[in-house]
Amino acid sequence: MADPSYPDDLKYHPEHDWARIDGDTATFGITWYAQDALGEVVFFDAPDVGAEISKDQPYTEVESVKAVSDVFAPLSGEVTAVNDALADKPETINEDPYGEGWLVKVRLSDPSEVDALMDSAEYQATLD
Amino acid sequence: MSFTTELRRTPLYDRHAAAGARLVPFAGWEMPVQYAGIREEHIAVRTGVGVFDVSHMGQVETTGPQALDFLQHLLSNDLRRMPEGGAQYSVMCREDGGVLDDLFSYRLAECTFLTVTNAANHEKDLAWLQSHADGFDVDVVDRAADFAMLAVQGPKARDLVRKLSDGALPGRFRVCERSVGGAAVLVCGTGYTGEDGVELLMRPDDASGLWDAITQAGATPVGLGARDTLRLEVCFHLYGNDMDENRNPIEAGLGWCCKERTGFIGSDAVAAARQDGTTEKLVPFAIEGQGIARQGNPVIGGGEVTSGTFSPCLERGIGMAYVSTARAAEGTPIEIDVRGRTRPAIVERKPLYKRERR
Repeated sequence: MADPSYPDDLKYHPEHDWARIDGDTATFGITWYAQDALGEVVFFDAPDVGAEISKDQPYTEVESVKAVSDVFAPLSGEVTAVNDALADKPETINEDPYGEGWLVKVRLSDPSEVDALMDSAEYQATLD
Repeated sequence: MSFTTELRRTPLYDRHAAAGARLVPFAGWEMPVQYAGIREEHIAVRTGVGVFDVSHMGQVETTGPQALDFLQHLLSNDLRRMPEGGAQYSVMCREDGGVLDDLFSYRLAECTFLTVTNAANHEKDLAWLQSHADGFDVDVVDRAADFAMLAVQGPKARDLVRKLSDGALPGRFRVCERSVGGAAVLVCGTGYTGEDGVELLMRPDDASGLWDAITQAGATPVGLGARDTLRLEVCFHLYGNDMDENRNPIEAGLGWCCKERTGFIGSDAVAAARQDGTTEKLVPFAIEGQGIARQGNPVIGGGEVTSGTFSPCLERGIGMAYVSTARAAEGTPIEIDVRGRTRPAIVERKPLYKRERR
């Protein structure tokens, strides 16, 4: 498992999710802290493309050997793509949480919601 | 029942912390749930050798001229069949057959037995045993503070321990005293993983030295997380999940360790359950396709999952559940409500994982 890292180019949600913003679209995933707390992910229950998801609401689940965890949407929008590769290799979420371990791509319904998210330093300050 | 909130630590706490373990509260103890990762630790035990700190488990020693008669009265198995140096699994029941605990007992001498309790049940078991000792010429002694306990499990476990030992190891369901890594150890041919291996009982002061010797000899430290996935793959019961005081051993699938003819406490209720059948039975299941059922998930049409996890060896959701007896036969399709989603599963035969699969 990689060392702890919280890239500066991402925005963070208190439920340990990240968003990589690109205009009015974004990519979501879970943070290093989240995957570490969960342990080895064995199952990612991908939402459907086209699903509407709402900021601060669970939109999918990831499961490790020992636990299941809701994944919260850091922003609202419509799912435009899901990471199908995770069906066969869900452990990618542990190995590369900010890269190959991304979960969904979303067309944002309200890009101004980004202002409510934390930057890397703010998010790290919330972790013990 | 203890109301203390302070967690107890085993003599190996410092070793766990140094090894990077994630420590969690378990039955009043601060125990390692994982070191490198549950899957990796699980596979180490299935293919090589792992070492577990199980010092949270309790021990009760029963000695005296009537030790055998006394335990025969309280434990479900036929203790007369356990020779000196033998080991035996049993349950302890209430009068109504409700299971108080499941236990391994070791016959150390003709009139000396050591019984290993589940950590969460130790005080309750001890009180139950002592409260029934009147009229028997026995001493029932709490020995939990006198022992630390390690489990060394896996196809290479015996080899590893043998090299540290001053003599041959006991066979399966046997026990003997040995010097292991220079320490006086009670070596037991038992375990909770479905693999070959031994369990070692030693003085708490000797635990760290033995842990170091065993890990330096190549054993992978394994936490409670993999202990749970390993035991569930081979359908070993976990008290509190798979049975408790509200279940009798027959519905829990533990009738094989109940010998009602011995007249143990609860034997009439167990005999009745065996003869009349029970409305529910504990069955192993495997999920068909994706999804992982967890403890407490309802079985659609009646019943409940008591243990559920992801099987690292079978790479699918597995578990045990109480279902109506009509649907308990091997091969029966069932459906489990996993957090609002219906997951199809099949009632399987024990064990879910067989060593021959390797």
